[in-house]
Amino acid sequence: MKKYDAIVIGAGHNGLSNGAYLAKAGLDVLVLERNSYIGGATVSRELHKDWTYSNCSYVCSLLRPEIVRDLELPRHGLQVVPYGGGVTFMQNGDHFGNYFDHERQHREMARFSKRDANAYERYSADVQKQTRLIRPYLLRRPPDPTSLKLRDLKDLAEFAGSFTALGEEGLADTLKFWTKSVGDYLEEYFETDVIKAHLAGSGIIGTALGVYSPGTAYVLLHHYMGDVDGNVGSWGFARGGMGAVSGSLAKSYQSFGGEIVCDADVERILVKGGRTVGVALKNGDEYHADIVVSNLDPKRTFLDVMDASDLPADVVKKAENFKIRGSSGKLNIALDGLPTFNGIEKGSPLGVGDMHFTDSLERMERAYDDWKAGTWSKDPYLDMLIPSQNDPTLAPPGKHMMTVFVQYAPPKINGGEWTAEDKAGFEKSVLDQIGRYSPDFKDLILHCETRTPAEIEAEVGLTEGNIFQGELTFDQLLFNRPFPGYAQYRGPVQGMYMCGSGTHPGGGVMSAPGANAAREILRDLNQTNTVPEGYADD
Amino acid sequence: MNRKHGDIMMLETPFHSRVAALNEINEWDGWAGYTTPTAYFDVELEYFAVRSTTGVFDLSPMNKYRITGPDAQAYLDRVMTRNISKISVGRVGYSVWCNDAGQVLDDGTIFRLGESDYRLCSYARAMDWLSWCAMGFDVHIDDESDGVAALAVQGPTSCSCLKAMGLNAIEELKPFGLTHFDFEGEDLMVSRTGFTGDLGYELWIAPHKAEALWDKLFAAGKPYMIKPIGSSALNLARIETGFLQAGVDFVSAQDAVRPGRSRSPFELGLGWLVDMNKPVFNGKKALQREQKEGSRYRFVILDVEGNKPAHNSFIFKGKKQVGTVTSAAWCPTAKSNVAFAQLEMPHGQVGDELVAEIYYERELQWTRVLAPCKVIDSAVFNPERRRMTPAPAF
Amino acid sequence: MTKYDAVLVGGGHNGLVCAAYLAKAGKNVLVLEANETLGGAAATREFAPGYKVSSCAHWLTHLSPQVSKDLSLERHGLALAATDLNSIGLAADGQHVTVSGDSVAGDTVSAADKQAYTEFHRKTMKFSGLLAKAFAVRPPKLVESNFTDRLNLIKLGLGMKMMGREDMSELMRLALINMYDVMEENFDNEALKALLSFDGVLGAHMGPRSPNTVFGYLYRRVGDVHGYRGPAQVKGGMGAVGIALAEAARSVGVEIRTATPVAKINLRDGRAVGVTLATGDVIEAPLIVSNADPVTTFEKLVGYRNVETGLVRRVSQIRMRSGVAKLHLALDGLPQFCGLDESQLGQRLVIAPTMDYIESAFNHAKYGESSLAPALDISIPTIADHTLAPAGKHVLSAIVQFAPYDLNGGWDAHREHFTRQVIDAISPYAPDISQRIVASELLTPVDLEREFHMKGGHWHHGEISLDQVMMMRPFPGATQYGTAVGGLYLCGAGSHPGGSVMGLAGRNAAQEIIKRGADA
Repeated sequence: MKKYDAIVIGAGHNGLSNGAYLAKAGLDVLVLERNSYIGGATVSRELHKDWTYSNCSYVCSLLRPEIVRDLELPRHGLQVVPYGGGVTFMQNGDHFGNYFDHERQHREMARFSKRDANAYERYSADVQKQTRLIRPYLLRRPPDPTSLKLRDLKDLAEFAGSFTALGEEGLADTLKFWTKSVGDYLEEYFETDVIKAHLAGSGIIGTALGVYSPGTAYVLLHHYMGDVDGNVGSWGFARGGMGAVSGSLAKSYQSFGGEIVCDADVERILVKGGRTVGVALKNGDEYHADIVVSNLDPKRTFLDVMDASDLPADVVKKAENFKIRGSSGKLNIALDGLPTFNGIEKGSPLGVGDMHFTDSLERMERAYDDWKAGTWSKDPYLDMLIPSQNDPTLAPPGKHMMTVFVQYAPPKINGGEWTAEDKAGFEKSVLDQIGRYSPDFKDLILHCETRTPAEIEAEVGLTEGNIFQGELTFDQLLFNRPFPGYAQYRGPVQGMYMCGSGTHPGGGVMSAPGANAAREILRDLNQTNTVPEGYADD
Repeated sequence: MNRKHGDIMMLETPFHSRVAALNEINEWDGWAGYTTPTAYFDVELEYFAVRSTTGVFDLSPMNKYRITGPDAQAYLDRVMTRNISKISVGRVGYSVWCNDAGQVLDDGTIFRLGESDYRLCSYARAMDWLSWCAMGFDVHIDDESDGVAALAVQGPTSCSCLKAMGLNAIEELKPFGLTHFDFEGEDLMVSRTGFTGDLGYELWIAPHKAEALWDKLFAAGKPYMIKPIGSSALNLARIETGFLQAGVDFVSAQDAVRPGRSRSPFELGLGWLVDMNKPVFNGKKALQREQKEGSRYRFVILDVEGNKPAHNSFIFKGKKQVGTVTSAAWCPTAKSNVAFAQLEMPHGQVGDELVAEIYYERELQWTRVLAPCKVIDSAVFNPERRRMTPAPAF
Repeated sequence: MTKYDAVLVGGGHNGLVCAAYLAKAGKNVLVLEANETLGGAAATREFAPGYKVSSCAHWLTHLSPQVSKDLSLERHGLALAATDLNSIGLAADGQHVTVSGDSVAGDTVSAADKQAYTEFHRKTMKFSGLLAKAFAVRPPKLVESNFTDRLNLIKLGLGMKMMGREDMSELMRLALINMYDVMEENFDNEALKALLSFDGVLGAHMGPRSPNTVFGYLYRRVGDVHGYRGPAQVKGGMGAVGIALAEAARSVGVEIRTATPVAKINLRDGRAVGVTLATGDVIEAPLIVSNADPVTTFEKLVGYRNVETGLVRRVSQIRMRSGVAKLHLALDGLPQFCGLDESQLGQRLVIAPTMDYIESAFNHAKYGESSLAPALDISIPTIADHTLAPAGKHVLSAIVQFAPYDLNGGWDAHREHFTRQVIDAISPYAPDISQRIVASELLTPVDLEREFHMKGGHWHHGEISLDQVMMMRPFPGATQYGTAVGGLYLCGAGSHPGGSVMGLAGRNAAQEIIKRGADA
């Protein structure tokens, strides 16, 4: 039987970027996908006739521009269109609008507080300082602080250098930023509830923490450190849905001769004599290669498709202790027309961006309390968009597609599985919330796909339905991701690698983990590196 | 449905109807969210209105903060680098303010309207910083940026224009003085201040009287060849007279994201605004240290050979690049080619001879010039009439 | 008039420690204390006729043996009524879980949990040992380290490296995560998990699920490194610590004035030059050391207007809103706790049956509400110390979490109701408690603020959380006890290493002042 140079498990964006860089270097690569379609959590699916849903990830900013350019993704069909706007609707009938233009944004904030409007400038500068610090490390492997290897020491010295350049005050600000709650952090700038609530959303999305949990300020940064065409912090839509990202990656990969096999559910990574030799599928098929790269999350990888007897005991323990929590659900809705929202004109630029209905930190935190208590939030935090206002490919003319990200929803309800009633209750809490601010919304619904964390796990294979393949808390970032000692993409078995969002720099549609892993693999093979380093921010 | 404040694309100043009517070439820019003209008919001619007759600039979008309360003076003394107690009632002072690191946040003018009543005009918005500074003081800060309309009336005949308008004895107003008049039942405040380095005044009034004020001023000023001017002409005038522009010649320490990009007052040539004898002010400790250990940069005015403005030029000392130009212009009155530059220490002492690398384009052809230049000790334009009291008629 | 080398503002335990060390180094030191008694939050108070209690902290868990030895505190009267006490997690059915040092006992605790606890304790002691070393010296500066700082950093780094790669990684992970997860990783027994996780949130505005709470736990275990195998009880109540420290300080020549509130720290040319008392009297000294928390020091004593704005912003942003109240009950007899005999009643009793119980209690505090069912750390000091109550009578002292400083609607309207709620929380474990009560006193964070001059009523002079410890405590620019104001030093719990009656903040501050010599 044919032997490949490398097998990648999982045709998500990281698996594909990893495969593409290996294939580009001349390796004979096979990507295996459990589902009958590729993409993992970056998919465009027609679940209602003539409607295209980005039914997992739904917006794009973090995708590394170096990779987009290097793998020629635009030539392979990727088009990322930035969007502006955004709004948080308030219980009192007013709303807070998020304008693209600086002056309008200022004026809108000044409606609530002139001081806040001015503080926003300080806030933006301060957050930008933090993004500048982290961005150079996105397309690099994290240094290992416990290692004494020259390469690590050099990386570490550079890392330390960029920190000390901040000076004592600046470094203190950075450390505070990384250890504080997003709520406490925002309190240092703003006095207006709705402004804090609007900004705090980025601190909890996909995260099983509340706005008052220390560590969530970093999660905010994670959502700010991307860019669209060099505009750091901007977000955009992938034209045609997020499947355009995985689709273009796949085409790029295939252009280098890479192979993809779908409906290939991996049962086991085969290890012989202490090194990987291939994978066995659930249907009994086997594929062979000296290198096996797992794009699965660390729990799936080490507790599921690898045999504990092939692994050091500490890895099993670490995988068990790895924090990966289902905290969010998703609704994808086909609409018969554009809904009207209270207080903004139909088609207002605000409605083109992300819409929310939670106007205070307290409401956000209470939503988290429900999750802690083992149930979905009765008054959830929603990140809702209608991308069909920007992208004509998603719905028939005049019709619309709505994507609703829901925070919080637990993987299990009070320790038990989700029942149909639970799911209906969850769906209702979301639809009711939107309906309170949009009188015609419910009447426009043609189809609604409701996805609980359990369903996301079942379909996409993300443990507990965690969108980041592991919590983005500092104990699981950089040299701690997925766990200390294994943060440089190499697994505990020779020939085995990790390339998923469970590795540095983490979740979001970045494709950086896949590329970084490819760089390390090629290094181990003494092959010429095909993976670009990050563009320097100036 | 109510249109919310943020929905409005651009604001219009209280003078907008008049400004728009006179804007013959329809050139606009945004300033703090307001629609403002860059030029009305011709930048060069507008500039010469300021230098030869009178030019009127709408400065309503300027940020204005009213600071009142028993601690107002103590408060401003803590915020500002200069000694505020030396600004008496009816006087105006220019100052900068710093963060604790002694880095400049902004510059602006302070109008002392009463014993414990000040107005601060600043380039950037400052409500956040001013509020932080207020902790521990019995002081009230009100953002009155939208509540006061303002015109700069600048040029040799400006005093005559105002007199003709009925502002009696205005010629007796000293530079940096302010006085009040009744204007159709509203208070009209006039200060002898400006951003042109020429004889000039600034008029401050409630927005609902703005159009009436404009009309009366332009009617009265007609014999004195009063003209409206846009921001481009103003920029030319301020370079000629050596005035720094925040956001152009320095970046606010609060907005500076990259380490080392901010500047201290000393590094901007504004050491004369720093009063080290005050017991405390923001930045004092750091500035004391800087005085001891030396500055990193020096702000200089360069007299550049030739007539090509040294926009964005690198400045060399021999082969070593020692700085960059922040503002540059051919100055039509002084007939000088002036550039403001930031030089690394120890370069830039008066008389230092340097080279500016200038790129310019003629008919799509770019040319590089290495123009010798020299550090000069003061601005190239500083007329006697700027200081004379009573103010001359023209 | 006497010329002083240094004036200590505040005669709390750290202030007295600092004063004593300075005096030992030959300085002429004056301590000014606003209250009648010394020791600050190490205090004993008669809350009902004949009934006395430690009115803030009620256990001695951290006092540095070095400080104890250097200042001969035993010789100056410090005596312990009980030592190495167990912590007993109460269960309504009497199936208690008892932690004593490195072992855990209880019928419901499995052998696996018992072993896991011993292993967990070993590991945490290793980490806390490292912390204890860092606590005993001034924290290095974040950047611009000088030689001493680098040496301390290297020592800390070496200490970490000596632990081995695995432990080093584990420490980095643990310090950032929450007690809830760590407990889930290690143990099965709910009561054990709750008992241990409570140590991670004691005195904090955090629940077991809050990240950083493992750091709180390790902080607590530094006491074990200092030789406390469990809490100790001071004879005569915690106020005796203040008395012994004052004796020790006086013996080396420190002058102490009680009931002498300082109104102002006086500055000249940006330097501290003395203090003005509430009486208007002025005392001059080239060194002023404040034992008050950083906010009180700068807002009230120095005055925000007399320092630069960036510093004001730093100080005002210190998180120090307490969530801890104190309940004192005078009892006419010993209450019956189901499943506990009298000797056990003298141990540390904890009411926190599950981690979710503590977390739910904390949820309320986030929204300005007091806990419906608070978690409690209870001491009945009269078992081991008969001097605190009339013969045959007893005192119950409970640390109550959570009771937010900024309670919605204010404490006056809520005090009685909450007192009842706390007693109701005890009743399931001690059914006759209500009948035994002859007097009660609830000290809310607002009361504690007033009583001990601690801003926000915060026991630790600022939350012990990663953003506010080590090189970040109390705020950048003041992490080595000196401040931007020349001649003004901080020596209280707001400085490194932080709260608890430990004495190290005072000692480190004194050492820093002595080291700086003429430059201080």
